[in-house]
Amino acid sequence: MAAITEPLRGLGVGSAAATGPVARMAARPAEPSATARPQGDPAHESARAAAALREVARELARRAAVARDELGRADAAEILEAQVLMAEDPSLLDGIGERTAAGLTAERAIFETFAQYRDLLAEAGGYLADRVSDLDDLAARAIAVASGVPMPGVPEPAEPFVLVALDLAPADTALLDLTRVLAVVTQEGGPTSHTAILARARGIPAVVGVAGALDLAEGTPVLVDGAAGTVTPHPSPDLIAAAQERAQARARTAQVTGPGRTADGVPISLLANIGGPGDVADAVAAGAEGVGLFRTEFLYLGSVTPPSLETQAQAYRAVLNGFPGCRVVARTLDAGADKPLPFLPLGAEPNPALGVRGLRAFRGEHQALLDTQLAALAKAAQDCAAELWVMAPMIADEHDAAWFVQRAREHGLQTVGAMIEVPSAALRAEPLLSAVDFVSLGTNDLTQYALAADRMLGSLGSLQDPWHPAVLRLIELTGRAGAACGKSVGVCGEAAADPRLAPVLAGLGVTSLSMAPSAIAEVRAALAAHTMEQCRELARAALQ
Amino acid sequence: MAERIVTVASRVGLHARPAAVFVKAASAAPVPVTIAKEGKDPVSARSILAVLGLDVRQGDQVTIAADGTGAEATLDELEALLSADLEG
Repeated sequence: MAAITEPLRGLGVGSAAATGPVARMAARPAEPSATARPQGDPAHESARAAAALREVARELARRAAVARDELGRADAAEILEAQVLMAEDPSLLDGIGERTAAGLTAERAIFETFAQYRDLLAEAGGYLADRVSDLDDLAARAIAVASGVPMPGVPEPAEPFVLVALDLAPADTALLDLTRVLAVVTQEGGPTSHTAILARARGIPAVVGVAGALDLAEGTPVLVDGAAGTVTPHPSPDLIAAAQERAQARARTAQVTGPGRTADGVPISLLANIGGPGDVADAVAAGAEGVGLFRTEFLYLGSVTPPSLETQAQAYRAVLNGFPGCRVVARTLDAGADKPLPFLPLGAEPNPALGVRGLRAFRGEHQALLDTQLAALAKAAQDCAAELWVMAPMIADEHDAAWFVQRAREHGLQTVGAMIEVPSAALRAEPLLSAVDFVSLGTNDLTQYALAADRMLGSLGSLQDPWHPAVLRLIELTGRAGAACGKSVGVCGEAAADPRLAPVLAGLGVTSLSMAPSAIAEVRAALAAHTMEQCRELARAALQ
Repeated sequence: MAERIVTVASRVGLHARPAAVFVKAASAAPVPVTIAKEGKDPVSARSILAVLGLDVRQGDQVTIAADGTGAEATLDELEALLSADLEG
């Protein structure tokens, strides 16, 4: 493969630039050949396979200890410890021994033995079917070790690095020490992929959807420019200096401080998107006026049973206490077939984005989970100085909204709202707003549903565009309805983090913007540079 | 051969953490133990994959069996584990 010298292009994330050596996330090994002849006798092959399994168990045990003791991620540690127990299962060695005795290589024997258990678990369905990916991961690791190639998964080089991957899944990043990641480059993924959201939240420059990214050789120095959307191999010192200069210039423009407002003083609240108590400090440091989206999934992901009322109340209190006198908008659990939870079996769906997700998952047999969460939120709000607002995701119309409002009020919650992310909800904004106290536009999903473009597909990334007049029209409908009844209309999708879009959203009637804390400074500066009338003019132009 | 028929109490059945606790206890026992669910063949209680594969739910009855010195004490211990809600 020839060395790449031309800059690669993709969708840039963030406004920073960084330079460092490429560390590639190793791909899973291919299926081992069924006809390859082993190099050694059956006993040798069987010993090789056993050694590979021991090595995998040791590495995962080490990662579990790091997750538990250094990163404080008990949930991730528990998953890894379960994998260690599987890797040490004596019945695997029996199965491998039988297969090497029949003349298979160590790699093929590992593959076939895992496949046998894989089928057993997949057949059982539900919780067990979800363990299939854990088994696949183990098999891939053991086959890689036996073949003498790096284990698949996130790399851990000694020096800070630029992470290059096909795409990143939440499981990949749970254990990633982000302080050592200088930049992220992925071959797939669009502007609202997990990778992009993570990079934006952490202020790490990223370029996603980069064709040819995986052809970059390990260790190649690259300049990753999030603003330009370019990845340049072997950058010259001049090029690095120029990129840094641009990044610093942008930082200087972001020196306006104080609450969000237009040039003529119309307040637009600048709020933070957070994923748990660990994010509170960053949000406060960035000058957030509260929290516009408190994702509560962290309490549930990686857990095998639903968190208790008291566990939840404690976590909610930890966030609320960070914002005395401020608004904190908590979103109830957002689960779907693409992010299944062991205690919330939703089954496989051909199209999870259009399936039983968000609030829909709790209307029926799983309503008790929602009730526990609402009760925990109400309990946390009782003895806190913050103002708790609660909203539900995936609300289709005023009837969904009214159902949720009634449930929340029964638990004693005062301020209850709805996410607007389904186009039907925006089209029914007026009756919907009469049923709730506030709404918040989730522009990522609103865009994917309005344009019928799966936001996980890199090939449709150009359609995942909140600037599309059709999306802006849905926002305008919601903004008008909010103004007519004097209720708050927020935006908590990635659109709120775009400093060029902020004045347009204000002009469409949006009254608060919620984003990753690292984006607040630039959005504040952009709003301060426009009067409300100029915002309306920009909005009118953007709607054309 | 000593045997016990036990009703599994864990809310999540013999999955996840309860399965891990059970397999670890069986692995530490001085004698090999098997576990069977009605209609399925007994499997080694030291194999997490085989135990998970039984797909035992809360309220299911399982038969645990062991032979040799210490079999009764081992089954006592495992019976206690299965009859308790191991979650939490």
